[in-house]
This record gives sequence, C-alpha cells and structure tokens, in this order.
Amino acid sequence: MKAKKSLNFTLKVWRQKNNKSNGYFKTYKIYDISPDSSFLEMLDILNNNILLEKKEFPIAFDHDCREGICGMCSLYINGRAHGPENLATTCQLHMRNFCNDEIIYVEPWRAKSFPIIQDLIVDRSSLDRIMMSGGFISVGTFGHTIDGNLIPIAKSDADKAFDSASCIGCGACIATCKNKSAMLFVAAKISHLALLPQGKIERKKRVLDMVQKMDEEGFGSCTNTMACEIDCPKGISTENISFLNKEYITSFIR
Amino acid sequence: MKISYKIDSKIPVGSLNEKWHNYKSTLEVISPQNRKHLDIIIVGSGLAGASASSSLAELGYRVKVFCYQDSPRRAHSVAAQGGINAAKNYKGDNDSIDRLFYDTIKGGDYRSREANVYRLAEISSSIIDQCVAQGVPFARDYAGYLENRSFGGTKVSRTFYAKGQTGQQLLLASYSAMVRQIGKGRIIMYNRHEMMDLVVIDGVARGIITRNLVSGKLERHAAHTVIIASGGYSNVFFLSTNAMGSNASAIWRVHKKGAGFANPCYTQIHPTCIPIHGNFQSKLTLMSESLRNDGRIWVPKNIEDAINIRNGKQYTQNIPEKNRDYFLERKYPSFGNLVPRDIASRSAKERCDAGFGIENNDTMEGVFLDFYHSINFYGLEKSKELGITNPSEKQIKYYGKKILESKYGNLFHMYERITGDNPYDIPMKIYPAAHYTMGGLWVDYNLMSTIPGCYVIGEANFSDHGANRLGASALMQGLADGYFIIPYTISDYLSQFLNKNNTISTDHEEFKKSEKQVYNNILKILSKKGNISVDYIHKNLGHIMWKYVGMSRNKKGLYKAITKIKELKNIFWNNIFVPGNIQDGMNYELEKAIRIADFLELSELMAMDAVNRNESCGSHFREEYQTKDGESMRNDENYKYVSIWEYQQNKSIKEEIMHKENLIFNFVKLKTRSYV
Ligand SMILES: Cc1cc2nc3c(=O)[nH]c(=O)nc-3n(C[C@H](O)[C@H](O)[C@H](O)COP(=O)(O)OP(=O)(O)OC[C@H]3O[C@@H](n4cnc5c(N)ncnc54)[C@H](O)[C@@H]3O)c2cc1C
Ligand code: SF4
Ligand code: FES
Repeated sequence: MKAKKSLNFTLKVWRQKNNKSNGYFKTYKIYDISPDSSFLEMLDILNNNILLEKKEFPIAFDHDCREGICGMCSLYINGRAHGPENLATTCQLHMRNFCNDEIIYVEPWRAKSFPIIQDLIVDRSSLDRIMMSGGFISVGTFGHTIDGNLIPIAKSDADKAFDSASCIGCGACIATCKNKSAMLFVAAKISHLALLPQGKIERKKRVLDMVQKMDEEGFGSCTNTMACEIDCPKGISTENISFLNKEYITSFIR
Repeated sequence: MKISYKIDSKIPVGSLNEKWHNYKSTLEVISPQNRKHLDIIIVGSGLAGASASSSLAELGYRVKVFCYQDSPRRAHSVAAQGGINAAKNYKGDNDSIDRLFYDTIKGGDYRSREANVYRLAEISSSIIDQCVAQGVPFARDYAGYLENRSFGGTKVSRTFYAKGQTGQQLLLASYSAMVRQIGKGRIIMYNRHEMMDLVVIDGVARGIITRNLVSGKLERHAAHTVIIASGGYSNVFFLSTNAMGSNASAIWRVHKKGAGFANPCYTQIHPTCIPIHGNFQSKLTLMSESLRNDGRIWVPKNIEDAINIRNGKQYTQNIPEKNRDYFLERKYPSFGNLVPRDIASRSAKERCDAGFGIENNDTMEGVFLDFYHSINFYGLEKSKELGITNPSEKQIKYYGKKILESKYGNLFHMYERITGDNPYDIPMKIYPAAHYTMGGLWVDYNLMSTIPGCYVIGEANFSDHGANRLGASALMQGLADGYFIIPYTISDYLSQFLNKNNTISTDHEEFKKSEKQVYNNILKILSKKGNISVDYIHKNLGHIMWKYVGMSRNKKGLYKAITKIKELKNIFWNNIFVPGNIQDGMNYELEKAIRIADFLELSELMAMDAVNRNESCGSHFREEYQTKDGESMRNDENYKYVSIWEYQQNKSIKEEIMHKENLIFNFVKLKTRSYV
C-alpha cells in the first residue's frame, strides 16, 4: 500500500486575458494535494479557491476526456510539454511526480501557429487545416467498398500504421520544438496512410500538399533535434519523419 | 391540456429482412443539382455527427457542423476503447445477422424496437468495409486478415478492434472524411461553438442558436433541417466515464421545444472502471470490457482477507486460489466473465455491499481483474510454438506478457499512469461507473424526433439498445446512423423543400425570441454572484444520482432524489457564483453553469421515469422487483413499452406527460434473460 501524504506547491501560472493583451506569470500557493490527484485535478482545486476566495476568473485551460486520448489538454509544465513524465498527456500526469514544496511553472503551448486565446488556451486549428489539405483517403462514404478482407494487409504493416495513427493531434511536438515544426504530426499521418494499401494511391499528392500547407501555416522546418519524440505523449517515433522525407523525395520521381 | 404529438414509429411493413430494403425504394430522392440549395445543421462531430456530415456533404448538401471542442477530432467517440461489432462470421463461429440481432434484442432486455435493431445488424458489416477503405488500421492476423475478439453478452467473436483505441481510429477516419469536405467548402465547421437552443418555426425545426465560446457571442444559424448528434449525458452523475464537457444541453433544449424524451432512466453502469481514489477526483476512467476476455474477476472468499487487503496488510498474490471467489464464473458458468454489463456491475456491487470490496477508498468498493492466468496460458502456448519444451517460469511470463501487451498495451499503460500499479504483475482493481445513456430523444424509424425536421443520431437518441447496451454496439450504431441511414431518410424529408421559396431568414421572429430567451437565461446565471461554485452543485447532483438513481433504485430513494434535486436547484438559482459579464469572451465557468442548469432538470425526469417503471429490466434495477436470487424481474405485460416524456411549456418537470410506444415483438419470443 502506498503511503498517502499530502503535498504543497507554489505555482507560477501564465495569465493572459486574450490575444491582444500582455501575459504575465502569477504566483499561487496550494496546500494539501493528494499525490494521487492528477495535475488537472490540482488545477481544479486551485481554481475553486481562486473563484470563491478571490472572486476572480479561474485559470482557463483546455481539457476534455481526462484520459489521455482526446488531445485537448496542453500545458507546458516546468519547461516540458505535458510535464515531466514520459509518454503521458497533462491529464495523465499525477502529483506524485512532484516534490513537496516544489515550484511549478505552467505555461501555454508557444508557437506562432498557435495563437493564445486566453491564459493557457491556444488555437490549434492550423492542425485541422493541414489535415484538410490531404490527411485522408478520398473514398466515398456510402458503403460501396469491397469486403474488408479482400485486401489482406501484413500484420506488421497494420501494426506500424496503427502506431503512426495513434497521434492525438495535441501539438506537444510543435510546442516543444525550437523551430516550432509540425513535422512529427504530419509525418505520423503520412506514414499511417502510406503504409496501407488503400492509402498508397494518393500518397504522392498527399505528401506534397500536406508539406506545402504546413509551410503556409507558418510552422518551422525540421532540423532533427528530436525534442518532439521525447515529449510526444503517444511515443510517435521520429522514424516517421525519415519516412516522410523519403515519401517527399520520391514524390518527385515519376 | 392539449397533447401535442402522437407517437408514430413509422416502422415499414414486411418481414424483418425486407423492411429496410423495400422501404428505401419508397423514399424520395433529390437530384444532385438540387442538393446544393439545401442546408443542413449538424450538432456534434463524434462518430454519428462526423459520419453524417461527411456523407451528406459528399452527396452535395450544404452542411454546417458544430462542436464545443477546439477540433472535431476531439469528440468523445475518440475515447472508445474496446471495439465495434459486425456480423461477418469471419471466425466461422456461426455468427450471422440474425444472431447479432437476437443478441442485441436480448441484451437490451426486450426493450428495443425489432425493426431498428435488425437494420443495425444488417448494416453492421458494411461499416467495417467502409472503415477499412478509409484507412482504419484494424488489428490483423499474420495472414493479413481482420482479427476479432468477443464482448459481454455474446458467445461469438464479432468485435473488430484497433488495440484499445478503436474509437480513436474510427473517429479519425470519419474526421478525415469530414476534413476532406471542409476543404472543398461543402462543410463549414464551427469549433468551440455550443448549441443553446433549437429554433422551431411553424412547428418545424429550422435552425439553432449557438454561443461562440471564444467571443461569448450568441449566433443564429438557419437551415432546412437540424441533426442532433451531441452524445450521451451520463455526466449528470459527475463522476462518469464521459468527457468533462459531455452534456445534455443540446437534447434538453430540443426536448423543451417539443421533442419527446425516451427512457431517461436507462443509464448503463460499466463494470470495469478504475475505482474512485479521493474526494477531489474529477472523472472516472474506463478499462475496456475487452479485458474481460483475458482477465478474471474475483474478490477474496474470506472477509478477513478483504479487510487485510484494504488495509494493506495482505498481498493479493498471497491469497491461494482456493480462497478466491470468481463470482461471475460461479454464478454464470456459461458466460462467466463475459456476462453483460448490467449483470457484471450488479454482481460486483453485491459483493462489495457484502463487505468483500478490496479497494482502500472511502466506500471500500473495488474488485480484482486478474491477468495472471492468461499470462500463464499464453506464455505456455507461445513457448510450445517456439519449440521450448521446458519453459522456465520467467520465459512463460515473458511471452505471456508480450501477448497481452499486443492486445491491450495502451490500456495497461493507462492504468499504470493513473494508479501507479503495474497490472502485468498485480491484478487491476476495478469498480462499476456511470457510462452510457440508452435513453435520449425519441426518434422514429427515420431517426426523426417528434419535432418534424429535427433528427437525432448516435448516443443522443434512444434507439436500438433497449434497457442495456451490449459492448461494442454504440460505435456500430453511431456509424450506421450517420453513414448509412440518415442520408436516405433525410432526403425524403428534404424533398418537400424543392420548388418552393424555402429559405428562412435569421431575422425571423422565432430566431429573435429564441436568442432573447438564451440571453436572459445567461444573464440570470451571471447576476446571482452568490458563493457556491458550479462544481459544488455538479458534485452534489452526482452524489444524489449515484446513490438513488444509480445501479439500483427503489421507490423511496427515487422520491428522495427528486426532493434533493429540487433543493439543489434552488441553491443553484439563488446562490451560484459565476464571474464575468455577458459581453466577456471565453468563460469556462459560464459554460459549465449553463450545462448544469440543464442537468438539474433532466435528472428529475430520470428519477421520475425510474419511479414510473415498476419492474427491473437491463440497467434499470428496482430493488422491489427482483427474484429471490437477486436477479431482475421484468414485467412484460405492463411495461413492454418505451416511455416518452413530453415537456409542458413553462411548467415544472413533474408535470411532464408520459406517452408510450408499445413494443411489438413479431419475430423474437420474449424470454427471461438468463446468462447462467
Ligand atoms: C470511455 C468510453 C469508452 C467506450 N468504449 C466503447 C467501445 O469500445 N465500443 C462501443 O461501441 N462504444 C463505446 N463507448 C460508447 C461510444 O463511444 C459512444 O456512445 C459514442 O462514441 C457516441 O458517439 P456520438 O457521436 O453519439 O457522440 P460523441 O462522440 O460524444 O460526440 C458528441 C459531439 O457533440 C458535440 N456536442 C455536445 N454537446 C454539444 C452542444 N451543446 N453544442 C455543440 N456541440 C455539442 C461534441 O462537441 C461532440 O462533437 C465508449 C464510451 C466511453 C465514454
Ligand atoms: S505527434 Fe505526438 S506530440 Fe505531436 S501531435 Fe501527435 S501525439 Fe501530439
Ligand atoms: S484531456 Fe483528453 S488528452 Fe488530456
């Protein structure tokens, strides 16, 4: 059995009213936090205090599923996207990962292509726009497709495609990259679709369109610093990026 | 009091397997060049909304889609773990459309509509083909063919899956079909927009009022038809497996505009969630039911062992086999750990109520889900396969773990993240939690509510699952509704708008009236400036609902719930504190407050519906109606119906009128549901 003691923290939280105003760090103290609380539950408690004691606006942060799969939560904690734990989103980060009396810095994703909306919330719709440019297989949705078993897919391909497809579109890879490159996100999609027979037909067009859109949206270029892989909560490997590069180059060869 | 609607389920004539086929040929179609003059609003971008919007946009209609998240890809369908059913009989275990149909009807305890369920079973296999074509990386075997596993309530393997992320993969596929249409300009996507009201003009749904969650502004949107795909409402229990933003507001507002609300009391309690750890917990996490394929559920046989485990004085691993009570296998030998959810949940509760719970939390509730046996089994099998004649324990464990990892890796990882325990080595702890709502807006065979022009699809409607939903059926239903049903039935309805001056201006009086009402409601919430937070209200509502309207109910408790909900409603409307003004932009507290106001009304209706149903069926377990073995006692003679509640304008919830849709079973015989 785990010993349950409660923890105290000092939080330095980025507050910013909206995209027009300036942001700043504000300091909050919080006491009696269970090590089993998640980071977001800790913020809930803090927010309740801010709300009822100070009658102020609580800290705005994005979240929804709270189980690491929707990709909505997005905090930059102590200099790392999604905080200190590997392979975890912020909602899966627990306070047992911090020391008593620790000072914790909480910031929003920072990237030109992710404008701040309020406090810790940013606008990630640029990722949707990249997807619009080609992140799909152009098949009709009316069910006149062939039987799912008519094209066997090697287990290793299906598994690899699955690994790439498990990207949750959180944007941590971009927030953590010094160039603010969206390469890992795009590469994951390219690999997922190009590895499957159904996706192969459009692969050349797809990679060209998505890479072009990524540039248009103002994401930086990839210089192989590999920070993205370290902070990706889903373990999307930079092998996807090599794959993308290969796809990109071969797309010029007829 | 004028009764404003009559219930007509519009079930087509003919034998079960001909109904949908023949019916389609009677539906009007609209020519491609005319479709671009017709506007469709879709609220929700989950599996139901995304599949409907991509199909309708592809047909050429002009579609507007709304979701409250920052991207349609984050709809809560993304969280579904286990899988999706289809009657493909790929495994040769004698599965068929009829069998899937029968399992679903039986699983729902004979409280669903035959015709709908049959259609669902018929469509099921096209869904898999469609998704494969869209690039869903379903699990495959070494020969390259699709893999299956089984879920509760069935004896065949018909569940298709992508590890523990099936929902994510299916949603990404329908989202990708959707973004393709957004890119073409056929869908306009409104992220971070919440539907606040339905606009009904001349008795017909013609638009919605939304709140832009970033700017805070109210907006009006007109269309020829409105489709609601806003998901389930089990967040009314506060602690549930649903996402934090999941809400009933969209369907509740539609209900208040005249749509019948069906079977509100049916909430599925999912047996395998991670138990509650503390007072500040914000939500519960599901561990997919598929784990029951390989995990065995037990509690100690001796109460002292249970007490010692809770107090940390006894290691689980030290309890010998003979002192473990595999209660599901004991009580239901032919289905064992794979009994349906309602039965598994109640059995766990029964053991914990009797004092055998193993979790060290306030309520001492929790049972083990143990993988030790399957690790051994798979490890041995694999060792043999590899020609290792005398495998060591270490080798067996190694290979066994590898196999489990390939099936459920991400679920085990998720569990470890949350609890800090490694489930490969020590058994998981699980307990039931509020999960899926079988109730929702009533719809006819066309998926239209009692408000003409307002369709409801996915979890938001009541159809297909009856009093209990079998695993892996919700994803199937959402996609069937969106990809393969609504495109047909909606064209029949929309065809009336051709050759008429048919657009409606958002300056219409009804739009103004609706918007004003929404505005006043928000103003009222903001003006209280009391000293109670929205979360406080929500948590308390959750306690009431879980205690009295949860896994088991009785008349006295339900009346108590109604009284307590009213008290809470009073506190809310007198003492709530929400910061900010109406012209402020983003305001999370306000968003939550608006949703809670609706939950406070819906919850009362849930309790009323449960009081009304004097029987036990599926997830609705009334303590007064049980056999001496504690199994539920259905009353087909008096309750073989769907209850449909009609809101009375400007009156309290208790004055709602109940209508009945009698369920007619021509093709299945009603039997006592037994899984022994
Ligand atoms: C943890 C979990 C695991 C599950 N696992 C399985 C499984 O393995 N197999 C299975 O078959 N089923 C499973 N289910 C059930 C299944 O996932 C859901 O029933 C199904 O995905 C619901 O889909 P939907 O499209 O109806 O709604 P959702 O996916 O919930 O989508 C709702 C949409 O409506 C929008 N919305 C809601 N309210 C508003 C509003 N007021 N204004 C604007 N937009 C709004 C949301 O933004 C969202 O886009 C699971 C459910 C959960 C919670
Ligand atoms: S690649 Fe990883 S970090 Fe980047 S968006 Fe996907 S899941 Fe998030
Ligand atoms: S809240 Fe969904 S991933 Fe964190």
